[in-house]
Amino acid sequence: MSRTIFTAGPTTRGLRIGTAAVGVCVAAALVTAGLGARGRQQPVAPPTPQQPSEVSTTISSTEAGAAPRFAVPDFIAVPTRDGRPADAETIEAARTIGRVLFDDLSFEREFSLIPRDVYNSIPTATSLDDVPFDRWREINADGVIVGTVQKTDTGVRVEARLFNVRSRQAAFAREYSGSIANRRLYAHTISDEIHQQQRALRGVARTKLTFNSDRDGERMGGTVENRGVKEIYIADYDGENQRRVTTQRSLNINSAWSPDARSIAYTSYRRGAPQIFISNIYQGTLEELTKGVSGQNWLAAWSPDGTRVAFSSTRDGNSEIYVANRDGSNARRLTNHAAIDTSPTWAPSGIQIAFISDRTGTPQVWVMGVDGLGQRQVTRESYADRPTWSPAPFNEIAYAARTGPGLDIRVLELASGQVRQLTFGEGTNESPTFSANGRHVAFMSTRSGKSQIFTIARDGKDLRQITRTGNNYGPDWSK
Amino acid sequence: MRRLWSAAALMLILFTVLVAACGKKPPVARPTPPPPPPSATASRPPAPPEPVSEPTIVPAEPVQDDAISSASLDDLNRTSPLKPVFYEYDSSELSPDGQRILDANASVLKQYATWAITIEGHCDERGTAEYNLALGERRAVTARAYLISLGISADRLRTVSYGKEFPFDPGREEAAFSRNRRAHFVITAK
Repeated sequence: MSRTIFTAGPTTRGLRIGTAAVGVCVAAALVTAGLGARGRQQPVAPPTPQQPSEVSTTISSTEAGAAPRFAVPDFIAVPTRDGRPADAETIEAARTIGRVLFDDLSFEREFSLIPRDVYNSIPTATSLDDVPFDRWREINADGVIVGTVQKTDTGVRVEARLFNVRSRQAAFAREYSGSIANRRLYAHTISDEIHQQQRALRGVARTKLTFNSDRDGERMGGTVENRGVKEIYIADYDGENQRRVTTQRSLNINSAWSPDARSIAYTSYRRGAPQIFISNIYQGTLEELTKGVSGQNWLAAWSPDGTRVAFSSTRDGNSEIYVANRDGSNARRLTNHAAIDTSPTWAPSGIQIAFISDRTGTPQVWVMGVDGLGQRQVTRESYADRPTWSPAPFNEIAYAARTGPGLDIRVLELASGQVRQLTFGEGTNESPTFSANGRHVAFMSTRSGKSQIFTIARDGKDLRQITRTGNNYGPDWSK
Repeated sequence: MRRLWSAAALMLILFTVLVAACGKKPPVARPTPPPPPPSATASRPPAPPEPVSEPTIVPAEPVQDDAISSASLDDLNRTSPLKPVFYEYDSSELSPDGQRILDANASVLKQYATWAITIEGHCDERGTAEYNLALGERRAVTARAYLISLGISADRLRTVSYGKEFPFDPGREEAAFSRNRRAHFVITAK
């Protein structure tokens, strides 16, 4: 029943396939449209079904209220069109796509995934046409996802179908082609599209995390002292494909994705005092938001439409919140108080900003209009920092609160004022950031010894460790 | 004229000291012939004071001065003549101890009037990374304002906050925390 909450207009973006420079071609007209016009694309129903095999229907469980049971066997590596048998690379890709898809689908917990070892004995189909439905029926599966991977002259062709085991009809069918190097991305794309089609849910399998890390053990040059550097990294939502973005051998922190996930704003100390830079990661260009501005400039937060950036700066002598256009022009000050005002975050509506102020003696979360008016305190903690406003349909602010010797992640529901807690005193837990659908939170925790990035579901379940090398801090989840 | 007089007075003092010293000698060394030495010193009094007074004192200071002013910035910052100031938890207020340290730092900065420094604000790990950036800045600014009030030119004092990014002591007990809550002084130009 609670699922109905998520039906309120999530946006799809086929864009990210293209941005990752993969060139996955999506046959479905819907996604092709999304690729052409990048940016926000409201989900539009395809005018006419392109593939007659696809029946627009959702698979449900036989028991009312229970999540449908899905089986996701390894994909099938099929011979090439001219008859050559599938090579080792294709077989490996087929297995990877099946397993990643299993993990992606289990992440949102919308489907009850039958453990893989239950159907180890079920013979692999050799094509999409000889699926052993009786056997899937035996293990009580409501749906089974069968896919094929075929090598082509230019790369690889991936087909995926979600069959209704009872009706033996495909409820979902897609075909993709592109490079074999991005095998995980096929699974992420299939997962997001199945969530969209079956549950009207915006999946986050193609979103990414950014964070800063000292994992390379590099030391800072210069006159001062032998200090370790921190560089900005990005990773897939599940921690795979971790990549370094900055190479300045300096202190680089507070990385934040632009809403289109093509740029990262971050704080760098490469000029001595901290300044805010914007790295356009697919163009390989760098902009300097606070160029030539005095004082310390930190903690950039993108407006939901990506045209403006809020940040905190001491340019007028004391830490205050400012908003500037993304090219740095038209910087305006929003707060004016002798206390510390910092850590801004935008409401998804773009008309409010939450921030931290210690004007009551301790740092607390405050909310104001984007014009700086109507400032009001919303938390009564002993210490609170790093607010992050959730995406719609939730209206929540997650933050780190002092709960003992360390900090824990708490979530304030703005309408009711109720506070719930996601972590409970295991190490210290900081810097929460919401996933694009608001159903997960990434944060930094010292529970495993060093500082690492974790994700957790919004109900406090399903904790997953994302990073394992070095110390990692300050995650931000792409929209 | 005055110098001449004081030189004469100095000589007179030296002479009497010598006479007194020699006056004590006779009881110890009686067998040797005592009469000739006293008469010899009495005959030429200006000789001994000249080498004693000046050469020992003058070189001492310049040599020490060179050790600091000739050191590279790296060496200088490793064993810095500017001592760090420590703060209480979640506070940027200067303690009386902190003020004393800043007084001493101010006199060093007055002695080496060409030095420019950066005051780094640091925090312990108990606060959050984000808020600590602002808190560290506040600590650095407090130290800077105090130095300015002692007459150090504001142009020579820059601030930067590292929050809790660069702890001096990686420990997780109060001793380490209190070492990490500091304003740290780095000489950036001399």
